[in-house]
Formats: sequence, structure tokens, C-alpha cells
Amino acid sequence: MERLRSIFEVFSGDTNADRVVPPSGFTSRLTSFTAGAMAFLTVFALALSLATGRLADRWDAELARTSTIRIAAPEGQLAAQSEAVLEVLRTTPGIASARVMSDAEQRKLLEPWFGPDLPLDTLPVPRLIEVLEEGKGPDMVGLKLRLSAEAPGAVLDDHTRWRKPLVNAATRLRLLGLVSILLIAGSMGAMITLAAQSALAANGQVIGVLRLIGARDVYIARAFVRRFTLRALIGAAIGTGLAMIGVAFMPAPAEEGAFLTGLGFVGWHWVLPVFVPVIAAIVAFWATRLAAFRALSRLS
Amino acid sequence: MIELKNAGFNYGGRDILSDMTLRLSPGSFHFLTGPSGSGKTTLLNLCYQALMPTTGMVRIFEQDVRAMTRDDVARVRRRIGVVHQNCQFLDHISVRDNLTLPLSVSGRESEVDQGNVDDLLGWVGLSERGDALPPELSGGERQRAALARAIIMSPDLILADEPTGNVDWEMAQRLIALLVELNRMGKTILIATHDLNLIRNTKSEVSARVLRISNTKLQLAGADL
Repeated sequence: MERLRSIFEVFSGDTNADRVVPPSGFTSRLTSFTAGAMAFLTVFALALSLATGRLADRWDAELARTSTIRIAAPEGQLAAQSEAVLEVLRTTPGIASARVMSDAEQRKLLEPWFGPDLPLDTLPVPRLIEVLEEGKGPDMVGLKLRLSAEAPGAVLDDHTRWRKPLVNAATRLRLLGLVSILLIAGSMGAMITLAAQSALAANGQVIGVLRLIGARDVYIARAFVRRFTLRALIGAAIGTGLAMIGVAFMPAPAEEGAFLTGLGFVGWHWVLPVFVPVIAAIVAFWATRLAAFRALSRLS
Repeated sequence: MIELKNAGFNYGGRDILSDMTLRLSPGSFHFLTGPSGSGKTTLLNLCYQALMPTTGMVRIFEQDVRAMTRDDVARVRRRIGVVHQNCQFLDHISVRDNLTLPLSVSGRESEVDQGNVDDLLGWVGLSERGDALPPELSGGERQRAALARAIIMSPDLILADEPTGNVDWEMAQRLIALLVELNRMGKTILIATHDLNLIRNTKSEVSARVLRISNTKLQLAGADL
């Protein structure tokens, strides 16, 4: 209860306690700048973390429900093996639909590597069949055995081989983003602790006078805590505001740009940065409070 | 109110005070005298727990100083007005705000009456200096401001270390008259001074005990005082 009251008093304004600490321009600017810079970085780390999270979810959802069958056969057998594969798929439980990809679709897939004028009909490009799954999906081992029997040139690719590393990479990137946010918060706490300790050391006379006239440690600490918390709050609010403007001007998600164009916030995620200054203020509150009580306990 | 029993203070292997036994009863008036460096200031510091005795016992308002928490010390100091030789203030706020600071830190800000503050400033001859910053005050003015700050809380005990050291004779008489008046109101006063004339003049006004520190020991001063 006592702690809750002291948190409330920081914002409700015990201006008398605040008044006893002399103004210190440089420390003030340094604390606000640090909080601002840290908040700026936090917002970007948050945007990165959320974007990679979305990407991981999307890849996971999209790739988990599809598979591809690649048919590499001599030209005369390609149509027959394609038909055989489609027939196998039609009679396999867990398959929602299957279709042979058109030449245009295959050309589009190869376009990034070979350019737009690829003469597909003159190249031995395998035929691709896109399979959409339903329910729990097919029994992949059984399907592979049936395909090898009915169409020897067919190879089933259920995307597991490259989906997992991609999803793992995106998940770890998200985790790294969250760890970065924690490290930034820790660094800010450390810097504010140092600034508060420096301010306490520089105000030895003030503390001496206050102790002489009967001020309790909590009164003295509150004066410093209030000042540093408000500085951190204001600095972090400015840093967050600037970072949000920066994120807002990032390119919108686009097919061509893939990951790098989807780094902004989406929907309710825009609310999350609002908590950054609040968390910065809470970090500053505790960092200054602990530093103040530790410093005061060493004085007579 | 203040009780020292065989109290001593040792610093750097040297005894500053030893075997001090003293009792300050409520409403009493004491002078503490002795040569420069004899330990007068150290004894005053023991009386408000600015220093801890290295031997013996010190009790302040019935509390053993060794058993006091930091909050206890703060509460005890609100009942003691201290005037130092080198008075310290918050240099960035006005003399008037410094005077009312003890009320603020003890949560009694609502009791601040600017009329009373003006009267107090007048009593110590600082009517025109209320809005000045402490660094703008002379040595004597600082001591008077410190005395005003010490008494604004109407403390039970006033400890003054050479309170008239930097003021002229007329102002010294005025400050002592103020302390005598406070003593008549029931406050306990302990003044450390080496000014024997001041002690003699005051003794004609009030019944005061004169203590002398000599060779680290406390003794009652002779009849010449």
C-alpha cells in the first residue's frame, strides 16, 4: 500500500519534495535523451518482433495446408503420369483439391530467376501439381508409396523440409526482438540509476540539510524519484512519438517486397507503443528509488 | 530529555570526549563552554544523533540512539532545533522557503502562516531578506536565519553552536533574549559558546547551568561564571 501510494505521489505531485532538489540542466537533458533514445529503439524492436511474428504465423498457416507434386517424366509420358497422379489424389482421404499448375503460373514462379521471356515449352521443366489439404491431411507416407507405384516420375513435397527452418528463423527473430526490448529496458534502468546516483552525490549538502531538519529518507528519495521519473516519461514519450512516425512512413506490405515491406504495426498493434513511455517511467521510478535508498542508507 | 551516561567519542584512535555523564531536563538552560577544539561541537552532535557515541550510552527523548531506526532519527530531529556554526541551507530557494522547510518535510505545510514567518524574520532582524537566496546572506545573517529555522517548529530542545559567533553585540543580545524567551516557554536550551561575557549577561536573565569541557571530560564550571 505504501509503495502504491509513493507511485501515485510521483504523478499527483508533491511539489514541495520536488522543490528541494536544485535544477540540474545537464543531468536532466541526459536522462530525457537516454529515455527518448531507448524508447525509440524499443518501438523499432517491437515493430520488428511483431512483424516477424506475423510472418512466422503466415508461413506456418499457408505452407502447412499445401503440398506440391513434381512430375519429371519424358515428354510422351508427362500427361499420362499427371493424370495418374490426379487420380491417386482424388481417391486419397485428406485431400481437398488438386490441380495442375498452368504454364503461365509456372513461368511466374521461375521469372525471378530466369526472366519474363522464359520459353517454357522448349525446356524440360517438371509439371507441378498443387495439392490443398483438408482435415488432418493425407497420410504422407502412404501417399508417397502410391505415387511411386502409379507415377514413377512424381515426387511429393509437403514443404516440411523448408517450412520448418523458415518458421523457426522467424520465431527466433521474434524472440530476439523481445530480448532486445528487455535489454533496452535494463540498459535504461542502469543509465538512470547512474544518473540518479550522480545527482544524489552532487546534492550532498541538500540531503544533509534535509536530514538535519528531520526529513525522512522517503521524503528525500521521493524528490529525486519524482524528478527522474517525469524526465524519463517525457523523454520516452517524445522518443516513442518519433519512432511511431518513422514506422508509419515505412512502406506498406507488398507482394514484391515480401518481409522488408511489412515491418510496421498492423491494427491494434498500434496501441502497444503507447505503453513504452509508461514502462520507461516505471523502470525509472524503481531504478531511482533503489539508488536513492541505497545512497541515503550510507549517510548519517 | 537528553541523557548521556559515560558516553565517549573516539576518532582516529584519539579520544575527543570521554566518560560524559549529562542529563538535560525539560525546560532547563545550559551553556557549554571550553577552549576551541575541546569537543563542544562533538557533544552537540551526539545530542541529535549526528554522531554515534563510541562508548557509553546516549538517550534522546527516552530512546537509546543505538536502537533508533533512520525514521526514528528523523522524527527525533523534528523535536530538536539545531543551529550550526557553519549553517547550511538549500541555496536555490529563498530564505523564507528555507525557514518553512522543516514544516514541509514533516507534513505540516498547512500550518505555514506567512504572517508568523514575517514576525520570525523580524525577530532575527531579517525582515528585508526573506526573498534573498542564502548565498546572498552574510555570515551573521546566515546564523540568524538558521536560528529562525531551528525554532519555527517550536521544538522541545534547541542546540546552538556559537549562535552569536558572527553577529554584533546588539544582535547577540537580541538572539539570546529570544532563546531566553523560548526557555521561559518551556523549551530546553543548550548553547555551546566560548563567549564568557555572553554567559555572564545571560545568567542574570535566566537560571542557567554552565558546563565546561576540559581534557575530554565534562565538568560544572566554577562560580566565576
